[in-house]
Amino acid sequence: MTSPILIIDYGMGNIGSLRNMFKRVGAETEVASDAGSIARAGKLLLPGVGAFDAAMRRIGDLGLAPAICDRARAGVPTLGICLGMQLLLDGSEEGRLPGLGLIPGRARRFPPAAGLKVPHMGWNVVRQAQRSALTDWMRGEDETRFYFVHSYAVQTERPADAVLKCTYGIEFDAAIGRDNVYGAQFHPEKSHRFGMALLSAFAKLPC
Amino acid sequence: MLRTRVIPALLIDRGALVKTRNFAGKHYVGDPCNTLRIFNELEVDELVVLDISATPQKREPDWELMRDIASECFMPLAYGGGLRTFEQAQRVFGIGFEKVVLNSHAHDRPELLREIAEVYGSQAVVASIDVRRRRFGGEQVVSQSARRRHQIDPVAWARQVEAFGAGEILLTSVDREGTWTGFDLDLVRRVSDAVGIPVIAHGGAGGVHDIVAAVVQGHASSVALGSMVVFQKQGCGVLVNFPERRELETALAGTKATADA
Repeated sequence: MTSPILIIDYGMGNIGSLRNMFKRVGAETEVASDAGSIARAGKLLLPGVGAFDAAMRRIGDLGLAPAICDRARAGVPTLGICLGMQLLLDGSEEGRLPGLGLIPGRARRFPPAAGLKVPHMGWNVVRQAQRSALTDWMRGEDETRFYFVHSYAVQTERPADAVLKCTYGIEFDAAIGRDNVYGAQFHPEKSHRFGMALLSAFAKLPC
Repeated sequence: MLRTRVIPALLIDRGALVKTRNFAGKHYVGDPCNTLRIFNELEVDELVVLDISATPQKREPDWELMRDIASECFMPLAYGGGLRTFEQAQRVFGIGFEKVVLNSHAHDRPELLREIAEVYGSQAVVASIDVRRRRFGGEQVVSQSARRRHQIDPVAWARQVEAFGAGEILLTSVDREGTWTGFDLDLVRRVSDAVGIPVIAHGGAGGVHDIVAAVVQGHASSVALGSMVVFQKQGCGVLVNFPERRELETALAGTKATADA
């Protein structure tokens, strides 16, 4: 039995499209914005679009940070998407507030490069850096692409925490993972069958 | 490498999918949901949905139709048509679209672009600019399905919407729209070169060579397709289609947007 995926709604994410895609893959979701629900959840999903500090402030105001960290450290599968992935880290060049600190690393602004506009917006191809339960299905694919929208790029401190790599002027981590905590820089909920396969793998993780 | 986004731009008129030519002569294409489902199966990069009768009829967007679209389409979605307020934009995002497209009402109150961008990020705000050539030279920005004229040139207006917080520009040539005669490359290039945000070229695509030209000669970041993806060919019947991914990739290989590898 899998328990519903708890989508943490702190006011900065596209919850509608995530719910639509989980519904399509037959996974149950719940949406909540209180520490109590997080403390009981069997799976956590941290979405996020917008500025790093604004997000950490809202998470702080709602008193969610300790609950998310406790639950993640207790082994509950946790997935951060886009800004939600960056929040899992120690911090970001975009803001001053510390992140959740679940995976060591920081987000840095894409360096200016000739002809490359920031944000990195569009479909890009990824390659596997480490095997992971979320990306095992990729072995059967010639090429896997996802939809990205971001101005800050992540590099984890430890190479072993990088799951997928992508290149846009520089090489950066498109997906990260350590034990039960995962992050995706791209939007799986907007990435056709590729995103569907990834979210479906997350929904199927034992919990 | 980043792929050049090739985006079907679909027009909704009173609940039906239509295609126009020079913003006139609505040709019935089909049921929007069925058509969008096909584009989802074709795994298109992104979709732009424009309700062209919302502003003329002074009505709200068709929320129910948008919900149906968002539950069927798992790619980035943009919606435009009749958006006047922050609350409406909020509702669009809540349904599962990630971009709002503003045109007519951005002329009345450009601050709306910033209000939305401040909360949802500028990548979520697309300014749509419609341009028509004047009969005796020059060109002008128009809105409200080309019924309203504005005394500003496209480059100046593009710079303004960027300053107001738009993260992307959908640039449509009224003269080329629905004609299959290629993009107005001169216009696309002048606007693309004048702003730092991505420009989507729209209006006139008739084949893959036009898409390449918009990127190589027009310096567009991405390309929107209308007639090409809903008709079999010029003057022929409805056929929902999309260029083969391999054909597009081969044609676009080495162009500016895909040069990084």
